[in-house]
Amino acid sequence: MIASAETNNSDFKENLGFRQKLGRFFDVLLLICTLVGLVVLAVLLVDVAFEGGSWIRPQLFTNYHSRFPEKAGMKSGIVGSLILIGLTGLFSFPIGVGAAIYLEEYAPKNWLTNFINININNLSGVPSIVYGMLGLTVFGRMFGLFGPDSWLVRVFNIPVTTGMQGGWQFNLFGIPGLAIQLPFGRSLVAGAMTMTLLILPVVIIASREAIRAVPPSIREAAYGLGATRWQTVSTQVLPVAVPGILTGMILALSRAVGETAPLLIMGAFTYVPFLPESIWDQFTTMPIQIYNWITLPQEDYRTHLAAAGIIVLLAVLLSLNTIAVYLRNRFQIKW
Amino acid sequence: MSADQNSNNHDIVITTRQLSVYYGKQLAIRDIDLEIQRHKITAIIGPSGCGKSTLLRSFNRMNELIPTARVEGKVYYNEKNIYAEGIDPVSIRRHIGMVFQKPNPFPKSIYDNVAFGARINKYQGNMDELVERSLRQAALWDEVKDKLKDSGLALSGGQQQRLCIARALATEPDVILMDEPASALDPIATLRIEELMEELKQNYTIIVVTHNMQQASRVSDMTAFLSIDRSNLEARVGILIEYGATQRMFIKPEMQGTEDYITGRFG
Repeated sequence: MIASAETNNSDFKENLGFRQKLGRFFDVLLLICTLVGLVVLAVLLVDVAFEGGSWIRPQLFTNYHSRFPEKAGMKSGIVGSLILIGLTGLFSFPIGVGAAIYLEEYAPKNWLTNFINININNLSGVPSIVYGMLGLTVFGRMFGLFGPDSWLVRVFNIPVTTGMQGGWQFNLFGIPGLAIQLPFGRSLVAGAMTMTLLILPVVIIASREAIRAVPPSIREAAYGLGATRWQTVSTQVLPVAVPGILTGMILALSRAVGETAPLLIMGAFTYVPFLPESIWDQFTTMPIQIYNWITLPQEDYRTHLAAAGIIVLLAVLLSLNTIAVYLRNRFQIKW
Repeated sequence: MSADQNSNNHDIVITTRQLSVYYGKQLAIRDIDLEIQRHKITAIIGPSGCGKSTLLRSFNRMNELIPTARVEGKVYYNEKNIYAEGIDPVSIRRHIGMVFQKPNPFPKSIYDNVAFGARINKYQGNMDELVERSLRQAALWDEVKDKLKDSGLALSGGQQQRLCIARALATEPDVILMDEPASALDPIATLRIEELMEELKQNYTIIVVTHNMQQASRVSDMTAFLSIDRSNLEARVGILIEYGATQRMFIKPEMQGTEDYITGRFG
């Protein structure tokens, strides 16, 4: 190589020094690009730890919001968030996985399937506040169908009540646990269903990827032994795909934990000095409590309590992500 | 072809008549007429892309898993056309089992791998006995009897393929289709599979696709030679060139194309 550089073969201008320097320059540039995200996260963590670290005290978890910052806590927000996420998971898991199974294993390859695919991807990019509007109309108010002046109420003579949580309350088959309230109003059910709509595209896309990652040879083996399609899916494909599905599910839920906008529209931006006793009760969540505090004039709320709330919220998010990583590594099959 | 039709009708398990398979608009194999004899090993040989696997997969309707595949003509299994209306491919596949090119055990225990086919078909007998019998038939029992709870994926390649054979045997099939069952294995594992095929033909009819001429001549009783139709090379349509007893085919083939392929002049 060196010899060739010194020959008088002038058709090549190797210029190695410059090429290598350019290469090193891009090494460093690309590393800096990578570090930007990390630095921002570090600054965020240091900032909230500095502002709110000393405010992580028992009363933050045991008290409701108070007129006195020293006594204020976010108990209803923490409990509300946890129940909301649980319900959202309960609703979105079967629907999302079901849709993913259909699209991957059953759907014929035609224009309709393509159309659905494109629109699921589109839906995952719709701003969350739009889902809030949708949730309010469909679940929160149910198009006003259960208001006192609605044609439905008049035609069927439905015994509705008026007021804030008004509507039609009834008990399915008279079983105590199965009380239902229409419309869903500002309840946990309404919030969870809205969150379900919000994360469904993400759940479907992640589940489809997990299902697609199952080797086709496994399906062939099952079919070759005389398994029906459902037997193949339920006994071979799904068990292999479940870790990936759960990982996507948890990541989608951790997005829902942090969502504020749709719930603001749904009416969760209120002072809730109690814990929900049923899924039909009003609720508030951690991000809303934090937002609430930031809007207050007192310094202690705006900086310290809000920062403390953010630390708790981040802790919940990080633990969810840790569970996701653990599931992925623990149950992934090495082929 | 007619030279070898000395067998009685009841010795024929599978008969194809004018069998053609399309993928979309592309014709893959055309007008195949073949009789598969009971308790014999039939080898399907031929150059790459001539439709050997397509033919094999039309015997248990596995081609249907490819959405664009379409089958014309008839395949009689025990004198019933398996492509007739009202025939469920699921039940065909229990009677005509399949072993694939690459060992594909389920990511489950050895026991569950073998028991799977029996379970989904609601086997009523003693499962432990069935699993042991199948593993013994596949010459794997002695190697795995102490680790039936271990994952099937933990076995070596050759053991995995014998596990797949045991798994196919557990549904008590009549015919076993093997799609290049030893092509992913080393020579020693290959030899074991070939010995196993010899033993299995006492009770089963085996149809094996192979790339390996020596393997075909060693293990098979009958050989079907498929090749690209030379009258239209562009279309790449597989047709049956010659079918007969393996011994005769390898010593005195009737067709020039067969001789060229067997002696390695093309392929």
